Amino acid sequence: MSGGHHDVSYLGVRGGHWYSWKNVWSWVYTIDHKKIGVMYLAAVLAAFALGGFAALAVRMELFEPARTVVNAAGESVTTGQWLTWATGEERGKQITPNNAYNRMFTLHGTVMVFLFIIPSIPAALGNIFLPIMLGAKDVAFPRLNLLSWYTYVFGSLFAIWSVIRGGVETGWTFYTPYSTTTDWGSTTSMILGAFILGFSSIFTGINFVATVHKLRVPGMGWFDMPLFVWAIYATAIIQVLATPVLGITLLMLVFERTFHIGIFDPALGGDPVLYQHFFWFYSHPAVYIMILPGMGIISELISVHCRKRIFGYRAIAFSSIAIAAISFLVWAHHLFTAQTPALNAVFSALTFLVAIPTAIKVFNWVATMYKASIAINTPMLYAMAFLFCFTIGGLTGPPLATIAVDIHLHDTYFVVAHFHYVMMGGTVLAFIGGLHHWWPKMFGKMYNERWGMVGCVLVFIGFNITFFTQFFLGTQGMPRRYATYVDEFTTLHQISTVGSWVLALGMITHLLVFLQSLVAGAPAPKNPWGGLTFEWEADSPPVEHNFPHEPVIVHGPYDYDEVVPPHCDERDYPLPAPLPAGSRGH
Amino acid sequence: MTTAASTTRELLPHEAYVPGAHWRNAQDEAEAAKLGMWLFLGTEVLLFAGFFCAYAAFRLWYPDNWHDASRYYLNWKIGFANTVVLLLSSFTIVLAIRGAQTNRKWMTLWTLVITQACAAFFLIVKLGWEYAPKIAKGELPGANFSYDHAQGPYDHIFLSVYWISTATHGFHVFVGMVVIAWAMWKTLKDHYGPRHYTSLENIGLYWHLVDVIWIFLFPLLYLV
Ligand code: HEM
Ligand SMILES: [Cu+2]
Repeated sequence: MSGGHHDVSYLGVRGGHWYSWKNVWSWVYTIDHKKIGVMYLAAVLAAFALGGFAALAVRMELFEPARTVVNAAGESVTTGQWLTWATGEERGKQITPNNAYNRMFTLHGTVMVFLFIIPSIPAALGNIFLPIMLGAKDVAFPRLNLLSWYTYVFGSLFAIWSVIRGGVETGWTFYTPYSTTTDWGSTTSMILGAFILGFSSIFTGINFVATVHKLRVPGMGWFDMPLFVWAIYATAIIQVLATPVLGITLLMLVFERTFHIGIFDPALGGDPVLYQHFFWFYSHPAVYIMILPGMGIISELISVHCRKRIFGYRAIAFSSIAIAAISFLVWAHHLFTAQTPALNAVFSALTFLVAIPTAIKVFNWVATMYKASIAINTPMLYAMAFLFCFTIGGLTGPPLATIAVDIHLHDTYFVVAHFHYVMMGGTVLAFIGGLHHWWPKMFGKMYNERWGMVGCVLVFIGFNITFFTQFFLGTQGMPRRYATYVDEFTTLHQISTVGSWVLALGMITHLLVFLQSLVAGAPAPKNPWGGLTFEWEADSPPVEHNFPHEPVIVHGPYDYDEVVPPHCDERDYPLPAPLPAGSRGH
Repeated sequence: MTTAASTTRELLPHEAYVPGAHWRNAQDEAEAAKLGMWLFLGTEVLLFAGFFCAYAAFRLWYPDNWHDASRYYLNWKIGFANTVVLLLSSFTIVLAIRGAQTNRKWMTLWTLVITQACAAFFLIVKLGWEYAPKIAKGELPGANFSYDHAQGPYDHIFLSVYWISTATHGFHVFVGMVVIAWAMWKTLKDHYGPRHYTSLENIGLYWHLVDVIWIFLFPLLYLV
């Protein structure tokens, strides 16, 4: 530890490297945001792998129109044994093959949404880089941060235990009346798991809002903050405002299941559609909890790897806030088939509004790339893959927001394709891109660039094969959440399944690249990409309190046309020649 | 044109604020704690907003039955008594904070004791005079409703909303008692003083919120 002014032994590490892997206790008790971030990273990646296996199983099942994994006679092929074991069939529970399929996609959806994608970027990368980008030593409430991690792990184990104990079949949306009447599996404990995970999300949100408000380095105004920070800030606000509603919804669902309070039960005078309103009042804003941090990453990746001032800084920052605000007003576009036409019209109109701030961002990113010196490396490839996929995902939103079209497309594979293009093609691609971008900073090791790019190309191709086909399946009428289908859909389903294998191959490539880097990666310089935000001034990995001395803000986060990046050679980062007099530039 | 050669500076002595080592000064630290508390209170309000929405929906659907059920099953006098004690306790916890600010330990301690007593009164009344007779008579939520003299077809839904919202609120009162007990212990150990009362203040904020939620629940459920 160099030059620390305080006794920092409260961090649990005395001397030595903050992230020495040797001392387990220094992790278990840590309140250092970087370590908690790394622990989150490990946990969410494990969840991603689990959800990924479930996805492969689901795709496997859909390879043939009839059941292949578990056939109706109960004979099972090799993967089928795994599927049935995982869903409890082998332990004497009489479930039909359709139940097994339901369980598998529910496992996939709940794990991916609640365990992986919601915490992924904020709690892992945000935890590590938010304080550093603000020039702070830690988040506002370090103990709450650790509590949030433990809450997350506890909630996750609860959810996974529910699956192992008997499985859940309701889908990630827990729609009533099925969720209140089904006796199969462990629906109640799964719902409680999601309830607990909500607390973890709220803790993180409160922590990050307070951090941004109170721990910016002196002199850093709101518009000196990196856009990643803006995005995490907007996300944190939605987390704080929306998650409690999910909490109460799930709580009422649990009461409904345990005490039969009847609020969602038509037989008792209740209303199942009320549940849908409650659920989407959280879960629509939640989709922005998922995508906003991804957008924040993309702003960083594009400006750093294009070495260019981000185009329209304020527009990007404010559009995050606009998205956060509008996201609370559109929830009922998930209920077009369940409510009155008058309400539909209102929510359809409001939904179209969301597309505006979203498009503003996309245009700004593309404008940033215009005439830039674009570095071709894994993070930048991911940024471009994001632009491609997210735009498709975003553009398929408005058709779904069009009532007449949605009546046809609702609950078909078109919706499945839409949300995978925004969530996987958006958030997940941004997450992996950000992981590569900040990997050298987090672990002090470089990764193998060539294989990183190979992985990216595989993921990109695999992703598009898997999900583009699903747009066609949807428009042709293939409903979602069915284990079987008519023969006409076979070809498209098979293409999609093959795509999922390519996708898996890409993910495995990334895993190997990261492992290789941890074991044998070349030491990372402090500023491998020539970035201008504070984290590139810190060591790789940063020292215990991030900076040996408090950093001073002397330039904006994107002043690529004015400053040579810290720790970089001027020859590698030549500044643009002064513009000829009279010309216009920004 | 600047080159970002050295962009770090030494901390000045007054900036090297130690207690929560990542804070620049005590004021920031206290303000952040309060901001965090306000955000948390926001989440609490939103949590109860869920109950209020359910309340509003069923009230709109079954206005008459709702009205009758409220009159029949709930005794406004009990609710009113509980409202008064909660208001009183909100006042005494303000005095407790005042005591810390003005360095009067015993004032803080005694006002906290009164607050605790009010909270206990509230819970005892709730459990003993409301919940227990209701359970005995079968005035239970939803499918468990088994009261013989039902007033209308949807009494059980009214009771569902009543039970889940008041039980959740009661749980918050209980949590409040636990944290107030902790504050009493801290007072005894002289942890509070004119410069250190942030956590007491936050507990006060929480307690006001519990109070405010009841101020909404009481008229909606008992007086409609
Ligand atoms: C560009 C603006 C967007 C618009 C106009 C839009 C519109 C819609 C509409 C109308 C539906 C309902 C379709 C149906 O069920 O019939 C839907 C579903 C969905 N959208 Fe979007 N969307 C947009 C962006 C996003 C983003 C950015 C995400 C997430 C990152 C997202 C995630 C989802 C999910 C998860 C579902 C389906 C949930 C389910 O039923 O399981 N959308 N979208
Ligand atoms: Cu939505």
